[in-house]
Amino acid sequence: MRLKSLVPAIYILFLLLPIYWLVNMSFKTTNEILGSFTLWPRTFTFENYVKIFTDPTWYNGYLNSLKYVIANTILSVSVALPAAYAFSRYRFIGDKHLFFWLLSNRMAPAAVFALPFFQLYSAVGLFDTPWAVALAHTLFNVPLAVWILEGFMSGVPKELDETAYVDGYSFPGFFFKIFVPTIAAGIGVACFFCFMFSWVELLLAKTLTSVAAKPIAATMTKTASSSGYELGLLAAAGTLTIIPGAFVIYFVRNYIAKGFALGRV
Amino acid sequence: MKKTVNQKAWFFVLPVFLLVAFNAIIPLMTVVNFAFQETFGDNVFTWSGTLWFEQVLHSPRFHEALWRQIIFTSIILIIEIPLGLAIALAMPKKGPWVSVCLVLMALPLLIPWNVVGAMWNIFALPDIGLLGRTINGLGIDYNYTRQPGSAWFTMVLMDVWHWTSLVVLLCYAGLVSIPDAYYQAAKVDGAGRWAVFRYIQLPKLKHVLTIAILLRFMDSFMIYTEAVVLTGGGPGNSTTFLSIDLVKMALGQFDLGPAAAMSIIYFLIILFLSWLFYTLMMRNEEN
Repeated sequence: MRLKSLVPAIYILFLLLPIYWLVNMSFKTTNEILGSFTLWPRTFTFENYVKIFTDPTWYNGYLNSLKYVIANTILSVSVALPAAYAFSRYRFIGDKHLFFWLLSNRMAPAAVFALPFFQLYSAVGLFDTPWAVALAHTLFNVPLAVWILEGFMSGVPKELDETAYVDGYSFPGFFFKIFVPTIAAGIGVACFFCFMFSWVELLLAKTLTSVAAKPIAATMTKTASSSGYELGLLAAAGTLTIIPGAFVIYFVRNYIAKGFALGRV
Repeated sequence: MKKTVNQKAWFFVLPVFLLVAFNAIIPLMTVVNFAFQETFGDNVFTWSGTLWFEQVLHSPRFHEALWRQIIFTSIILIIEIPLGLAIALAMPKKGPWVSVCLVLMALPLLIPWNVVGAMWNIFALPDIGLLGRTINGLGIDYNYTRQPGSAWFTMVLMDVWHWTSLVVLLCYAGLVSIPDAYYQAAKVDGAGRWAVFRYIQLPKLKHVLTIAILLRFMDSFMIYTEAVVLTGGGPGNSTTFLSIDLVKMALGQFDLGPAAAMSIIYFLIILFLSWLFYTLMMRNEEN
């Protein structure tokens, strides 16, 4: 039994090592990073973090990323709700084909869409706005949200709908006052995955923005290539991008297992 | 659940349909346009038929990238699926450690992909990275920016680090959903550890394993950001996978015709393999 619990422990250690190294780097001075090999910072410094929180190109990157991630999450989940309801409750012409067509978009490589998206969003005048990225990310997030929500909704017995109508609820009244609270866990899981996939994606976000709406990830890659070896700064920026994700995981940890249990990811 | 036939349901689906159509069909048409035409700028297009497709399908560059992609995806599937399953089996089923494990294991999944690449880049540097320094300290010559072998090793290790958790979480969720009664019945029958795994856990996990393999197949076949940040496709072209090659062609050289043709071939390969795999698994389930 002891031996068995060693396996997850070793795995978690393996997961934490590179993260530790990143955090370690972020508190070091450039001299220490390049000049010596130290397992923890000898001269502890907040210099890198101060730079990020005072330089607008850096902190705006975070704000821009959060803007399109939040816009995308709200948009994806709100259009997916009625669609998932339709898929879970009704049969209509072309329903199965539509469902699989939606899912096939999850298989489209972002690299294939990068250039056409650039042209499309330039043509409609949304280039370099958070909206362009938020809309582009719906390509893979909407199908995912529909898939997850449909799984949760199919688990709710139809009698709930019928009882509500007998009690005199109108459809919108029933949907928002009874149905949505019933599948709150599912909405939480769907929001989590939309947030996750929009937050981690870089290729489309980078292609669709230039200056005004540049996401943090793009600021980082530019720093990595242009100013040479500012590893401390890069490490600090990287460390900060882990924090929103860690928060989100902590809050939804009980729902995640449930969402995975439905096998809908 | 029995579903009622109701054509008005289309109104519920319409927003999703329009949104995804805007994002999927218009760009796909652009790609198809470029794939069959030739342009010298000024929006003048001439029909080129299947020229670009023949060019791509016969180019050694595409063959090499495709071959590298297939090898990479096979390696990570062979490592991640059994490893993820083994870790899920070894995880505690209840108690305070469960949520600690889940939160820590989910962490890599929520780190932006370029940060994953940058993190491994720093971690594996031969002189100042913990991993690179340790390997060199063991007397093995390791430098992922110079040696293709080291680059591949780092790339595979990074992907295992990044994505095994997804397999673990899926399998774990599948394991937890097996009712206790099954295990009690097995105990009464005197089944051993292996028999429990083979005849109870594995069949119950088939569904989540299918999803895990499909997701890992699709996503590893599309790997771009982490790989570009880690090695930039090098040294030489040794880690230039399909997406990296495609972006180089489309956004770097603006070879729109061949890039579009390659996009279509690429997308069709993923669709076909996913479909094939899915049907095979489902057929197995029916038997």
